[in-house]
Amino acid sequence: MTRLIGILVGLGFTFVVLLAFVMGAFTWATEEVAETAEHAFHKPAEPLKLASNGPFGKFDRQQLQRGYQVYKEVCAACHSMHLLSFRNLTEIGYSEAQVKAEAASWTVPGIDPNTGEANTRPGIPTDRFPSPYPNETAARAANNNANPPDLSLITKARPHGPEYLHSLLTGYQEQPAELLEKFPEAKTGVGLYYNPYFANLNIAMPPPLSTDGQVTYADGTEATINQMSTDVTAFLVWTAEPTLEKRNQTGWPVLGFLIFATVLAWFAKKQVWADLKPRKQKT
Amino acid sequence: MSFPWAKHYEPKAPLMRWLDEKLPLPRLVYNSIGAGYPVPRNLNYAWNFGVLAGFCLVLQIVTGVILAMHYAANAGVAFDSVEHIMRDVNWGWLLRYAHANGASFFFVVIYIHIFRGFFYSSYKAPREMVWLLGVVIFLLMMATAFMGYVLPWGQMSFWGAKVITGLFGAIPLVGESIQVWLLGGYAPDNAALNRFFSLHFLLPFVIAGVVILHIWALHIPGSSNPTGVEVKSESDTIPFHPYYTAKDGFGLGVALILYFTFVFYLPNALGHADNYIPANPLSTPAHIVPEWYFWPFYAILRAFTADFILPAKLWGVLAMFAAILVWFFLPWLDKSPVRSGHYRPLFRKFFWFGLIPAMLVLFYCGGAAAEEPYVMISQIATAYYFLHFLVILPIISSIEKPEPLPFSITEAVLGTDTQAVLSDNTTPAN
Repeated sequence: MTRLIGILVGLGFTFVVLLAFVMGAFTWATEEVAETAEHAFHKPAEPLKLASNGPFGKFDRQQLQRGYQVYKEVCAACHSMHLLSFRNLTEIGYSEAQVKAEAASWTVPGIDPNTGEANTRPGIPTDRFPSPYPNETAARAANNNANPPDLSLITKARPHGPEYLHSLLTGYQEQPAELLEKFPEAKTGVGLYYNPYFANLNIAMPPPLSTDGQVTYADGTEATINQMSTDVTAFLVWTAEPTLEKRNQTGWPVLGFLIFATVLAWFAKKQVWADLKPRKQKT
Repeated sequence: MSFPWAKHYEPKAPLMRWLDEKLPLPRLVYNSIGAGYPVPRNLNYAWNFGVLAGFCLVLQIVTGVILAMHYAANAGVAFDSVEHIMRDVNWGWLLRYAHANGASFFFVVIYIHIFRGFFYSSYKAPREMVWLLGVVIFLLMMATAFMGYVLPWGQMSFWGAKVITGLFGAIPLVGESIQVWLLGGYAPDNAALNRFFSLHFLLPFVIAGVVILHIWALHIPGSSNPTGVEVKSESDTIPFHPYYTAKDGFGLGVALILYFTFVFYLPNALGHADNYIPANPLSTPAHIVPEWYFWPFYAILRAFTADFILPAKLWGVLAMFAAILVWFFLPWLDKSPVRSGHYRPLFRKFFWFGLIPAMLVLFYCGGAAAEEPYVMISQIATAYYFLHFLVILPIISSIEKPEPLPFSITEAVLGTDTQAVLSDNTTPAN
């Protein structure tokens, strides 16, 4: 009885799903899928070599400091980084005195101790990085109705984040003539910029790194667009996961111990089972 | 609850004798996973996964309880509290990655454990209850894992919760009310997050309770084995300790190496980048996909795209639940007297060339975008899935001619069985 009901139920589901298959296949075979500009012109992110890549990766602190400089002088105009505090900068090689001075160079929201009214004050190391806008509405109003995302986690919040970010920063270009010819309605709108690495090809962010030498590096490194993009990407890999280096370092002793223990466990198992070896018996 | 030749617990130290009289806890351990539990001598490494699953449960409870000490279940701060764990809590990043990848590791282990059961027909009498309780554990695990994925309150958390609770909206008449009742609102928000956290904390202990029943039910008939021939005499078994504790120890080592490789070097490989974006009810992600371990069932859900008497969405929901519920009926669908797939030529072919490929295809399609040709491929695989369990299995179990079974486990291992010879002939052969 169970089996009879089972067979009927099974055939029922099979019939309905195959019906859906036939209808789907018919649509698929007869209806042409319209090609879109996004599908034809979107480019996957280009590979990017960073010191923090791979299981032996370590942060290049000199590069992180350059990246921080790019963030501060360029990105911070529109993008917040609210998960980071100034004190975290000691982890990328700044001394406590330097961090104190650095924090003081930022203006953060405060409270007037006499009146209790909101005002601003210089930052101290325990402050979070301040947001450039008081709220999302203000951010959208200032940016053509686009909301600049917080950058703390950005390299983890996009697939292939570091590669994507670097490609995006270096990928601004004129809209190809071929695209306009094929998809005249896909012309980049007013206040948007063509970038083939962005999902829908048109990004609201103006090219943030547009000229070589836009930032003057303290360590004398030549600030090409590619160099600045790589440095800020490296910095944002660190902000997304400051513990990455510790994770890479901790893993090896753990795996080493486990491999050693597993080899021992193998020999222990062999020894325990040795007396059960099939003994050929006379019959 | 064991074979007559099982070793008896005899405490020697006065303290242990005293304890045994008042509370025979060491005796319980001895009889369930110690020398007092006789186990077939021929178990292969597929039988390691029960112990591994138990290990995963303990691992998840320990890491989870500590994470709960630092996590805040409030829609306003949940996302940042997870990042607080990642950045400011000592070794918090390790705890969180261990817990998140621990869930994946748990499902890898449990899928192998379940498919071991399919191949060796471990669900057959006298172990039906072991199997039924196992399916209950799997359902509880799915619920727990789903609610756990909501807790970081990222984009996939939010939209996953919305889509999955939306499934209940497909129920005619009362669907929408049920959805609102489950979420405590019209969309996932603080009420939903709080109850999911509460249940995510509770359910693992319910699982632990059902696991105890699962093991209890197992110890009544004793473990199954790769030949599917029941234990006949003492020479068919060996004590669980030290033989299988040693074997499981080695298996655990191998599993942990794989697990920690993910925890330390690929911690986000099994997750989704969108979940590092805070939940935003106003922005729908381009592709909403659940965690990888739900993909086969998600593919079945999406395979039903045509209305036929009932709306397509309702068919999908029914089929998705039916795909798991059908496992409950396996002991009565598969009537073949032979258990092990090793001795069932027809069953074996359908298992390796039908069920396994269909399941792999469903895994792949469940994670792919809902567009052609993936939908058509998953429709074929879904059709096979239901045919396999509900039509093919009952039919082959009546038409198949099984291969000859060994007389006993001892014979299968040693090539001969002295006792069997003894019982067949009055005079000893040697």
